[in-house]
Amino acid sequence: MSQFGDAAGTAVGLVLEADPTLVEIVLLSLRVSLSAVVIAACIGMPLGAWLTVSRFPGRRLVISVLNSLMGMPPVVLGLMVYLLLSRAGPLGEYGLLFTPTAMIVAQTLLVLPIIAALTRQTLSDLHREYDEQFRSFRIGPFAGTLILIREGRYSLATALLAGFGRASAEVGAVMIVGGNINHVTRVMTTTIAMETSKGDFSLALGLGIVLLAIVLVVNLLVSMLQWREKLA
Amino acid sequence: MNKPIHRITRAMLAATLFVSAGAIHAEERFITVASTTSTENSGLFDTLLPQFQEASGIEVRVVAVGTGKAIKMAESGDADVLFVHHKPSEEKFVADGFGVERFDVMYNDFIIVGPGADPAGVRGAGVNEALQKIAENGSVFASRGDDSGTHKKERSLWSAAGVEPGGEWYRETGSGMGATLNVASGVGGYALTDRATWLKFANKGDMAIVVEGDPVLFNQYGVILVNPAKHAHVKVDDGQAFVDWLVSDAGQQAIDAYRLEGQQAFFANAGG
Repeated sequence: MSQFGDAAGTAVGLVLEADPTLVEIVLLSLRVSLSAVVIAACIGMPLGAWLTVSRFPGRRLVISVLNSLMGMPPVVLGLMVYLLLSRAGPLGEYGLLFTPTAMIVAQTLLVLPIIAALTRQTLSDLHREYDEQFRSFRIGPFAGTLILIREGRYSLATALLAGFGRASAEVGAVMIVGGNINHVTRVMTTTIAMETSKGDFSLALGLGIVLLAIVLVVNLLVSMLQWREKLA
Repeated sequence: MNKPIHRITRAMLAATLFVSAGAIHAEERFITVASTTSTENSGLFDTLLPQFQEASGIEVRVVAVGTGKAIKMAESGDADVLFVHHKPSEEKFVADGFGVERFDVMYNDFIIVGPGADPAGVRGAGVNEALQKIAENGSVFASRGDDSGTHKKERSLWSAAGVEPGGEWYRETGSGMGATLNVASGVGGYALTDRATWLKFANKGDMAIVVEGDPVLFNQYGVILVNPAKHAHVKVDDGQAFVDWLVSDAGQQAIDAYRLEGQQAFFANAGG
């Protein structure tokens, strides 16, 4: 039990000192995961909306594949991105392996199915509700989608959060494609894995607490916005 | 009315800008070195690399993995320099044309660590005898099982001892040195480790060194520039500068001067 006490102490100490190494690691983690979520949202949300309103053969299959990809093990995805970006791989000439860019690519691919699938789910549920009204008011699919997006914005924000949570918490993919290089690609989760392997559990757990706190703050921020919206 | 969402969007855009601003950092002069967890985790690189960077202006980015994986990385051209510890594999790497030339850099030694109570009674024994006793006694032995330099070394020690390890007591972790020590520490087992990782390892519990000093436990590190003939993008000049510095007087003195928990962790021997 004393390890948890030590870890909490370490976590508080690290935050209070604003330890420069910790700040660097936290900022890089945020940079990588936020970029991944933003890019994945730019692709995944339109994709989800399109899958809601469009009808084409094989649509159900695409949706099933998308839903399954939500459960993609990060380490498998990491390996695939590694092989793509490796000098021996098809995209090797760009020299992206072991850079933050590689980590963003991996996390984007990891988060994309989550955002797309959750977007589609949210919009489909709303679509069923509004379908009749859209028809009676003769609202086309494009305008209809915009209305659905507006109505479903909080669920959509939750989808983004789910994506951010997944991205910031995963270690398998960023470890493989980033290489955990000090000052370059070392993020919170890879540091935690490394410190654990060094047997320095209190530092690892302390970083874990910091990571949890960040995710908590992001969640609180969103629920605060939702709450204010309800009052307005 | 839907302001909050705009605010979220704006925050995300701001975050993205912040991201692109960070990308500028990548323009610096650097080389990528594939190395082992023992050199990284021991903290050696934390003292060596800043000294080299000051002398040369070249940043060294270390990817620390097992020797087997490091060699694969270098073979695919994902590193400029290979810095590992398994001479036969390194010589094969050069012979196969992936490396230019191999240089000895430094050595330390392997040790066998185990529970303080020493259930197999191996303390002070030679390596062969110790491994035979552990196998006979069926005491838990945590193996790397990851094709790393330490794992290759361990396999060769078992075969020299005439024991084919396997069974309930032989646990292959398939992970790094520290993770393997965590397993040994957790179940009260034995393990082969390099001394530097052991010195730095913080979760020793009641574990102690039980076998050391046997000449077969010698652990040589070598450095090799990846062959530009195989991979044209290899940063030949900067990579060679790092190799040269490691085997130079300045580099060798920096290695000897490094202290881990008050002890010398690596012994420079580039001179042969």
